[in-house]
Amino acid sequence: MNRELRTENSTRTVLFKIKRQASPGSQAYWEEFELPWKRHMNVISSLMDIAANPVTREGKPTTPLTYDSNCLEEVCGSCAMLINGRARMACSALVDNLEQPIRLEPLSKFPVVRDLAVDRSVLFENLKAVKAWIPLDGTYDLGAGPRMSQKQQEEAYPLSRCISCCCCMEVCPQFNEHTGFVGAATISQVRLFNTHPTGEMMKHERLTALMGDGGIQECGYAQNCVEACPKDIPLTRSISDVGREVMKQAVTDFFRR
Amino acid sequence: MAGASNPKIIVIGGGLAGLSAVIKIAEKGGHVDLFSIVPVKRSHSVCAQGGINAAKNLKGEGDSAWQHFDDTVYGGDFLANQPPVKSMCEAAPGIIDLLDRMGVPFNRTPEGLLDFRRFGGTLYHRTAFAGATTGQQLLYALDEQVRRHESEGSVTKYEHWEFLSAVLDGKRVCRGICAMDLRSMEVRTFPADAVIIATGGIGAIFGKSTNSVVCTGSAQSALYQQGCYYANGEFIQVHPTSIPGEDKLRLMSESARGEGGRVWVPKQKDDKRDPLSIPELERWYFLEEWYPKYGNLVPRDVATRAIHKVVYEHGLGIDGQPAAYLDLTHVDRATLDRKLEGILEIYEKFVGDDPRETPMKIFPGMHYTMGGLWVDFKQATNIPGLFAAGECEYQYHGANRLGANSLVSCIFGGFTAGPNALAYAKGLAKSAAGVDSSHFDSERKRQVEINAGLMLSDGSENPFRLWRELGELMTRNCTVIRYNKALQETDAKICEFLERFKHINLSDKTNWANTSVVFARQLYNMLQLSRVIAQGAALRNESRGAHYKPDFPERDDKNWLKTTKVSFAPDADEPKFEFEPVDSSLIPPRPRRYDMAK
Repeated sequence: MNRELRTENSTRTVLFKIKRQASPGSQAYWEEFELPWKRHMNVISSLMDIAANPVTREGKPTTPLTYDSNCLEEVCGSCAMLINGRARMACSALVDNLEQPIRLEPLSKFPVVRDLAVDRSVLFENLKAVKAWIPLDGTYDLGAGPRMSQKQQEEAYPLSRCISCCCCMEVCPQFNEHTGFVGAATISQVRLFNTHPTGEMMKHERLTALMGDGGIQECGYAQNCVEACPKDIPLTRSISDVGREVMKQAVTDFFRR
Repeated sequence: MAGASNPKIIVIGGGLAGLSAVIKIAEKGGHVDLFSIVPVKRSHSVCAQGGINAAKNLKGEGDSAWQHFDDTVYGGDFLANQPPVKSMCEAAPGIIDLLDRMGVPFNRTPEGLLDFRRFGGTLYHRTAFAGATTGQQLLYALDEQVRRHESEGSVTKYEHWEFLSAVLDGKRVCRGICAMDLRSMEVRTFPADAVIIATGGIGAIFGKSTNSVVCTGSAQSALYQQGCYYANGEFIQVHPTSIPGEDKLRLMSESARGEGGRVWVPKQKDDKRDPLSIPELERWYFLEEWYPKYGNLVPRDVATRAIHKVVYEHGLGIDGQPAAYLDLTHVDRATLDRKLEGILEIYEKFVGDDPRETPMKIFPGMHYTMGGLWVDFKQATNIPGLFAAGECEYQYHGANRLGANSLVSCIFGGFTAGPNALAYAKGLAKSAAGVDSSHFDSERKRQVEINAGLMLSDGSENPFRLWRELGELMTRNCTVIRYNKALQETDAKICEFLERFKHINLSDKTNWANTSVVFARQLYNMLQLSRVIAQGAALRNESRGAHYKPDFPERDDKNWLKTTKVSFAPDADEPKFEFEPVDSSLIPPRPRRYDMAK
């Protein structure tokens, strides 16, 4: 590092404004932190710096922040939060690209556990409800899987990269207690499994799970989901494809009754 | 009651190894309690990028399970016991088929078959891959199957729970575990007929590594302190190509080289030119020059030492910094997007440059532990009823792991541990339900007291700062190049840290989702385990695989073709070393060199 950078290092600081909450039932409050600037710092590395020196901007000792994180490579889906009002992953939020003071808040549509950590288990429950898996006879050796074209693989792979961060649900106006909407991530998984040669065998059950209250019909086509997705998953395409399938299924079911 | 008719098995860890074990047990009618710090879908296995090895021989190269076995043993510098490695390589093609049936979106050939790429330490196209996020795709496939078993009632998940210790009965048999709810902070014991540990790596001991936050090695260390053998702890893999960062070292997969990536530095010191404007003749492709047969795909320890040498001995790091170029700019964009998109995206997001347009800057970073809990060929530790699988055990990789062998060893290890744990449970004379409750009560009490002690401690040491010191120390002295004097100083320093740990001060003394107390517990266990690494490295006076000592540059089979086995001496509060001969019954050890074909 050259001398110029070093001087810059010692004088520049970064300002954070962080929403805190001690427990699910307690009152939220804000704390401010001023940290020494470092090259390539991101929101998680800043939270780590606070843990190593938990003192607010006013010099008041405080507790380290509770937040979810794991891989820090934007692939585990843990560290989603609101950063300057936007739902995104904290590990890939580079401080130099953010306006200051950097405001951190927990996702607003999920119950707060503490500080920036929220409970997102609803997504995993939704995945259970739509049977987001391939039905296997067993794990013993039954030979190779179905052949698949490069094109099919190239369509499936992006859908399979969903990291369950729940950003798409956070930004969806329809995802709330009132509608019980399952959200884009789950619908996109239905598309993934329904287009797999073996997964397709349970297509009917998955589509049925998406009918009725909280199902795909709740989508209001705001298209916020596809904008917010950190993995650029074609969520609106998934919703329209699955929506069409659900409709066809509903009509067929009606005439078979 | 004789044996457990409906055995209850506990699995700790929801990465590939843990989930593989869970699936096998659930499928055979056992019930599993699955514990994980994070929701299992967020486990560190998601970070694996490049692929999974299996000798499917779909490229007409004459590959075979034996070749895979030979490459693995040779790549591991003959330190691995050979029979289980052979079994793994033989099982690998079937594992790939199974994953394919589970719906893993592996890349395809034009004929619709699985595509394979080349990885380090082999001359064959043996690595199946799903873009450059293979670990993520494999983990998801297993996660989905476990969710199916969960919805059918054979699996109960305890997510956001941390393993603290095993519950041992009066005969030192494992009868369950003690764990803590990371939200309510409740400490509780859970009985089980058998327990499988699948808690992954130990990267946090080195401060910054390519590992995830949860990879602290805390569970392994706790078990080592309870009487489990820990083996080959001194073998730490430093990945040649990582992206240095403030919070971690992000991996740049070996698949970048598998798809044609070339490592180079400018021949001229402090060359300030834009890398693309430096003519071919003025670039030094040192791996290709030193290792013409394998080129950029030499094993990781070899590539790592080469980069170190070029940077520190030749002084040719880019712009005087510890960095070399990893160059993909000559590969066409469509191929890069189809096969490597996931990792190129990471580089773009975290560094801000597009690797399709400009060479990436990389440097070696701590990546993997070959060492781990000692297990036998059935994945059983020396404590009856306690099994281990995945990176947390030592069995498959010897002195250096080959790229794309970790995923296969995790799944194979889990597939072996699961049924063996179940068989053990069924053969028990007395199931866990019949064990005297006092063993559970006393273990719980011991753990509650540790928490209380930490909460009451009012010294001046911040656990997160102490951890940073440990990480810097271990990275400096216990990674690429090792000297006895520095290793001894390291151990002394760790003892000092353990002393300072007694004066820890938690900034958070609340009883809800308190990350400080959890971290302090992990830190203590990291400190104990780091002594195993430092002392093991100091004792082993030879160079083998990832363990390199300039003062002892040669492999010494006469004295050191041995597994390091460490037990904890509670009275002395320190590691006790013994050495076990390696089972080399299938392939006689031969010199390992990559400047020519084997």
